Amino acid sequence: MTINEIQDELISDFELFDEQLDKTQYIIDLGKKLPPIDEKYKTDEYLIHGCQSKVWLAAEFRDGRLYFLGDGEPTAQIAKGLISILIKILSGQKPEDIANADLYIMERVGMGALVTSRRSGGLAAMIQKMKGFGTVYSQLEV
Amino acid sequence: MSHSLDIQAIRNDFPILNELVNGKPLVYFDNAATTQKPRLVLDALSGYYEHYNANIHRGIHFLAEKATSAFEQSRHRLQAFLNAAHAEEIIFTYGTTDGINLVASSYGRTFLKAGDEIIISTMEHHSNIVPWQMLCEEKGCVLKVIPINDEGEILMDEYEKLLTERTKFVSVVHVSNSLGTINPVKEIIAKAHAVGAKVLLDGAQASSHLTIDVQDLDCDFYSLSLHKIYGPTGMGILYGKRDLLNAMPPYRGGGEMIKEVTFEKTTYNELPYKFEAGTPNIADVVAAKFALDYVDTLGKPNIAAYENELLKYATEAVSEIPGLKIIGRAKEKVSVLSFVIDGIHHQDIGVLLDQQGIAVRTGHHCTQPLMNRFNITGTSRASFAVYNTTEEIDKLIVGLHKVQKMLG
Ligand SMILES: Cc1ncc(COP(=O)(O)O)c(C=O)c1O
Repeated sequence: MTINEIQDELISDFELFDEQLDKTQYIIDLGKKLPPIDEKYKTDEYLIHGCQSKVWLAAEFRDGRLYFLGDGEPTAQIAKGLISILIKILSGQKPEDIANADLYIMERVGMGALVTSRRSGGLAAMIQKMKGFGTVYSQLEV
Repeated sequence: MSHSLDIQAIRNDFPILNELVNGKPLVYFDNAATTQKPRLVLDALSGYYEHYNANIHRGIHFLAEKATSAFEQSRHRLQAFLNAAHAEEIIFTYGTTDGINLVASSYGRTFLKAGDEIIISTMEHHSNIVPWQMLCEEKGCVLKVIPINDEGEILMDEYEKLLTERTKFVSVVHVSNSLGTINPVKEIIAKAHAVGAKVLLDGAQASSHLTIDVQDLDCDFYSLSLHKIYGPTGMGILYGKRDLLNAMPPYRGGGEMIKEVTFEKTTYNELPYKFEAGTPNIADVVAAKFALDYVDTLGKPNIAAYENELLKYATEAVSEIPGLKIIGRAKEKVSVLSFVIDGIHHQDIGVLLDQQGIAVRTGHHCTQPLMNRFNITGTSRASFAVYNTTEEIDKLIVGLHKVQKMLG
């Protein structure tokens, strides 16, 4: 599926909930399902800078596509939920598509404020980091 | 102590309190970051721009006269607010941070030299740390830090041990923004003066809760921001003793701060203008007077008594939240309630309360060294102002239970 197809599918899941708190609960629940990553990735090297909580992200490049591995510290459940959504959408996509992705889903699930407010959210940093991987690997391909 | 305030009437003075956030009535508990503004202040701002906007101290026309007069009235109002001996001891700044930088830069660079010691405390805001670090780096001064106890109180005996003839400056926060602690500043000042050191108080938080008398305190400098006292953003004042301010060189150069300029030599204007280069923030200075009038109409002791009731109510109420720990349990404190909850990141608390219409502050509150002292990365902080109510605190408690349920 393309990035936008995955986003649209997720958005329709979220639209089952009217209340913002229920949407956020869904984000939290998605985070709980995020498979654990190898401890070797939980180092400063993989830390996303700009998050109030600790979130780690690693990328693997195979057959022209980028695969993401991520996790957050156990107490930071919203951050974990958000990285799990980003991984669902972006992992397995082509680097240039990742670099150019328009992640309109965040606005739709009520997390838009976390993208734009640099101080409060690590979300902007997570997106930037993933897109950064996309940019780097799309340039490698050429 | 009981208050005699009509809180509902006060709430009606603040238009923003009618806002809905995420479809819910706003509960604003981020007053330590900035307070909301009463209608009176908003009207003063638009009134200035609608009726007498002009540059000050320069024109002879009617509007310029009127604006200048309103501007200088604010200075006198602030003089009274702090009980300063002279109006020219009130320097208009952009805020607390700006005032501290002025002193570190002008006083510090002129009167401090290599090996001199500057004392601050563990609970300082970054704005009362970094300017001194910059000065230390430039001049080779040494920064010393007063430790605190687990309750969040300054250890006075440790402070005394730090004081020597090398101590030239002490700069401490009057009231901590992260903990709410009211520091024993009068004693701190007297002890510093005994070794010949000058003292600056960071009054960003104290000025909205406590009655401040700079002559009684005998502080050398006092820096505050009006936006934390129901006034406009982007303006504050630095109080300084006249003799000290006179001895200090200007901090910024430009218009207004000069007496005469030639390419060979410029002579500087007198106090307070020497420190007010350029067109100042006239509108906000003018409106500041109305904020202080508002505070005085309610009466600071009334405000303090009511806020203390709110603090007591909230402190008891949060004790029913499992795993919640209050950070900052000083005997003397203002209406700031900082806390952590086992197993929950403060950012999640902030986001989930926000979605319930409740605004608290989460994070390190610009006091990272203080957070390190408590071995935490941040807290959630509810800080109360005169327009808050116990019903709102009840909503906070319900909100926190909901947060725990969602994350459990
Ligand atoms: C204790 C303390 N000091 C200094 C400041 C800085 O104030 P301003 O940002 O208005 O300059 C603040 C504001 O957050 C504060 O709480």
